[in-house]
Amino acid sequence: MNHNPLQWGRPSNDTYGQYNHNIANASVREADHQSLDSFPKMNTQQPIITGTSVIALKFKDGIIMAADNLGSYGSLLRFNNIERLIKVGSETIVGVSGDISDLQQIERILDELETTEEVYDNDGGHNLRAPHVHEYLSRVLYNRRSKMNPLWNAIIVGGFNDDKTPFLRYIDLLGVTYGSSTLATGFGSHLAIPLLRQLIPYDVDYVKVTEEEARKAVENSMRVLFYRDARAADKYSVVTIKKSEDDPSSYTFTHEKDLRVQNQSWKFAKDIRGYGSKQQ
Amino acid sequence: MTSIGTGYDLSNSVFSPDGRNFQVEYAMKAVENGGTSIGLKCKDGIVLAVEKIINSKLLVPGKNKRIQTIDRHIGVVYSGLLPDGRHFVNRGRDEAQSFKSIYKTPISVPHLMDRLGIYVQNYTCYNSVRPFGVVSIVGGIDDNGPHLYMIEPSGTCWGYSGAATGKGRQTAKSELEKLNYEELTVREAVKAAAKIIHQAHEDNKDKDYELEISWISLDETKGRHEFIPDDLLEEAKKYAEEEDDEDEDDEEMES
Repeated sequence: MNHNPLQWGRPSNDTYGQYNHNIANASVREADHQSLDSFPKMNTQQPIITGTSVIALKFKDGIIMAADNLGSYGSLLRFNNIERLIKVGSETIVGVSGDISDLQQIERILDELETTEEVYDNDGGHNLRAPHVHEYLSRVLYNRRSKMNPLWNAIIVGGFNDDKTPFLRYIDLLGVTYGSSTLATGFGSHLAIPLLRQLIPYDVDYVKVTEEEARKAVENSMRVLFYRDARAADKYSVVTIKKSEDDPSSYTFTHEKDLRVQNQSWKFAKDIRGYGSKQQ
Repeated sequence: MTSIGTGYDLSNSVFSPDGRNFQVEYAMKAVENGGTSIGLKCKDGIVLAVEKIINSKLLVPGKNKRIQTIDRHIGVVYSGLLPDGRHFVNRGRDEAQSFKSIYKTPISVPHLMDRLGIYVQNYTCYNSVRPFGVVSIVGGIDDNGPHLYMIEPSGTCWGYSGAATGKGRQTAKSELEKLNYEELTVREAVKAAAKIIHQAHEDNKDKDYELEISWISLDETKGRHEFIPDDLLEEAKKYAEEEDDEDEDDEEMES
């Protein structure tokens, strides 16, 4: 007797000859079956719809962050209404660049985090703050990269520490994190960081920077990014979180949408063939 | 009690010959001794209130909240065995979260109540478990406006304009019947709720209580379930206690 239970109840090879497996697999095309079997399991290999840079910096009593509203499909400017700055809790902002479907997944993860930490029975002062959100997201992203299935994003978390100093920190698809007074993802780390660092040369210098100066630096960086980054758009959102003037224990959170890159200059283009609609 | 000695009251999921499930009825008895909870459905939202009985002077005032949140837009208050209530709320949260993770939209109040009704009813069907020792009042706002439901140990789950449970429910119900729910706003209802809880407490005067009130309204809380602000709570308490004296005068004038 064959003692392997998986063999029980089958016609014995001794009597009927080797079973022809093609009979049961009749509907599977032979070639495809072969190639699928030999192919390894695949996870995300590349982002599909993408958002470009997020930029952020600290100033004297808060942080400011900006990201445009574009969702690109390769080089096609596919969507122009993507909001990439996500509010979490009452005083934290999460700016996401990279894959937009992964952004939406992160949005849901953060919504669930907010529900369990802020909505359920929060009767005593333990609020969800930026460092907690950052640590949580860094664990999520690191876990996913360790499964070789990353969330294809670079993220900046902005808000405040428990001691009410501004908080700004970066995470990316590899689980890498770092903090600075000036941060940018993607193309912004090449184009915007140098501009922002003119304002804040050393990390501790942010305490000398006013909101107006920070705002100006952000607007300038968004303009340069629009000029030089082919995946950037001139429509963007800005979030400013700062200590309230009348009550320093609370924060004011402003989310401005549908801003436009101002003071564009395209004079140089008039002598260049291929710019503008005029045939030359 | 007619059931004593008949044996039909010992096991859940067994009917008595006259068609009753005694375990469910005993569960209601557990509720009848709990602090009074009420819920009001107004034209623009929901108000929940509870008479939180203070069993020890050592308990921290203002803490140990009795009103809980199931999802941003849904609140619960219950009377009876508090751990049973907390378990009920946890189940509600799981259902709301699972709905959201599947459909990417917040659960509607009637749908949540369907699911919770099924859950509570299941605890009357097996002799290895006992029914929930709570009556819960669940209120929320969704796309179809405000909803208020009360769910009993039997799994019975009905919609109400005004709902009351716990020790002072009879007083509370007769007061709730006097309100006009078509016109009532949440701000008015907060005061009315404070007064009703105050009146319902009359039967239980030997114990101290703390008043807890929450609300959900599109105007006042952007559709979120929140405790009312401290100043409004103080105002409502004051109103409840003032009215107490005037009430008797009013009745005399009417007669």
